[in-house]
Amino acid sequence: MDHDRYEDAYIKAILNDTKTVAMVGASPNVMRPSFFVLKYLLEKGYTVYPVNPGHAGKEICGQTVYATLSDVPRPVDMVDVFRASEHVLPIVEEAIAIGAKCVWMQLGVRNDEAAKAAEDAGLKVVMNRCPKIEFGRLSREIGWIGVNSRRISSKRKPAVGS
Amino acid sequence: MTNPGFETLCIHAGAAPDQSTGARATPIYQTTSYVFDDAEHAATLFNLQAFGNIYSRLGNPTCNVLEEKIAALEGGTAALSVASGHAAQLLIFHTLMQPGDEFVAATQLYGGSINQFSHGFKKFGWNVRWADSTDAESVKAQITDKTKLVWIESLANPGGVVSDIAGIAEVCRDAGVVLAVDNTMASPYLCRPIEHGANIVMHSATKFLGGHGNSIAGLLVDGGNFDWFAHADKYPTLTTPSDSYHGLTFAETFGNFGFAIAARALGLRDLGPALSPFNAFLVLTGMETLPLRMARHCENAQKVAEWLDAHPKVDWVNYAGLPGNDSHGRAQKYCPRGAGAVFTFGVKGGYEAGKKLIDSVEMFSHVANIGDTRSLIIHPASTTHRQLEASALEKAGVKPETVRLSIGIETIDDILSDLDQALAQV
Repeated sequence: MDHDRYEDAYIKAILNDTKTVAMVGASPNVMRPSFFVLKYLLEKGYTVYPVNPGHAGKEICGQTVYATLSDVPRPVDMVDVFRASEHVLPIVEEAIAIGAKCVWMQLGVRNDEAAKAAEDAGLKVVMNRCPKIEFGRLSREIGWIGVNSRRISSKRKPAVGS
Repeated sequence: MTNPGFETLCIHAGAAPDQSTGARATPIYQTTSYVFDDAEHAATLFNLQAFGNIYSRLGNPTCNVLEEKIAALEGGTAALSVASGHAAQLLIFHTLMQPGDEFVAATQLYGGSINQFSHGFKKFGWNVRWADSTDAESVKAQITDKTKLVWIESLANPGGVVSDIAGIAEVCRDAGVVLAVDNTMASPYLCRPIEHGANIVMHSATKFLGGHGNSIAGLLVDGGNFDWFAHADKYPTLTTPSDSYHGLTFAETFGNFGFAIAARALGLRDLGPALSPFNAFLVLTGMETLPLRMARHCENAQKVAEWLDAHPKVDWVNYAGLPGNDSHGRAQKYCPRGAGAVFTFGVKGGYEAGKKLIDSVEMFSHVANIGDTRSLIIHPASTTHRQLEASALEKAGVKPETVRLSIGIETIDDILSDLDQALAQV
């Protein structure tokens, strides 16, 4: 797996197959990037479980915050990681343990050792990307703020979100 | 499709069919505002937490297509369209500069930019220092600890000078300073400055991008290749929490397109030079044929320059496409497909001869524009560069007898024949 460059088809399959997301490092601060992503994914129809031990039991965007991934009471398709690269490995081990199908590390987050562990366990891995940006790109919404989606299409329906 | 070609991008980038109607051509969204689903949706949009439309001063779906297209053509991460090239320059500076800051600009610039930088920007406390854009060392010598930006034109108007983009980019990288390049005269068909290390690209889309002389428009492109946090103290607009967005930090939240978003969310919102969607539509229509037009513009310009160079009544021709020109080597490096369509020459007989020539043409249009399908002619010393002093004129490559041509895409024989009969009257 080339983690420097992902094919659109790979990202598209993950975003279309995922229904539930556990977000590790979710923040209740409405101007933090994690809040932006959480709110956006909820609006796009994903079920999102915020995970943050400092806010366990509280709510973010109406969703109960859990202390750990293991505390999330339902199956999780994707674990979205808003933590520094050096803290990712134990999160990935927990993601494998709870049966997640994908580990997604946010922009600026990359841990190749953790990625290998996840892939060896059969999980898909995305690193140094943002699911909001990728969803926006493939749905063409990101063009609404002048961002280069790097995609051309003659189809009325976008690749995701239609 | 992976790595679509330049011609494909000119037509398709940003311009997928309209999702609501299926319209194949880009619709003109002639509306000021957009309904919100509910109060929460409105708040989400105003907080920049979702992609979407609010009000056409902040963004418009027709203008957005233009933005994505130019970002794709220049190899940038994002772009912003505004009412004019000068407005694009204003927003670039507004996003990067604080009062008391300095910037280095090439002496070889469009006269309007020299005026804007010397006088208009001075009122904001943005202070210019001048350098020679063919000499990276000259730029380096003007950089101080207050410098936030270096500004050059890839292909300079009107002197036809080709700047040392890669050399200056290296100087900027070493100094931790942004390099912004006005790519109006070259267009991305001839030169893509980001590939040579530029961080921001600006266009007067009025010129070759629109290409038909019918609309004023400006564009800025974010190269996505400047590490704002590595120079956090220099660019507080991008690296510190924004008071007017509840503490949002643009370079953090929007990563490698944070500059373009800040230019929109702060600069365009607060200063207001929004582009009309109708003008955006006309520019978009022009851009679909950019490669065809630029190839013919350059082919015709090369022939005219060679013809003038051999004409007994012509004193000198300044076109980077001619061997022996100072910029010829750099033109082959940065603009290998052609040296553009705008250049200058001097008629024997000086100022009066130049004036007589301009009054004698029949097909060339005497206008203060470049980059039209039509061939254009002007006398810079008395028009576009009129407000400049003699020393600045000389540095900008403008002599009293200088005539500037913007060669169009008419039949080459007719272009030459018009110049021939006009020169005969001089």
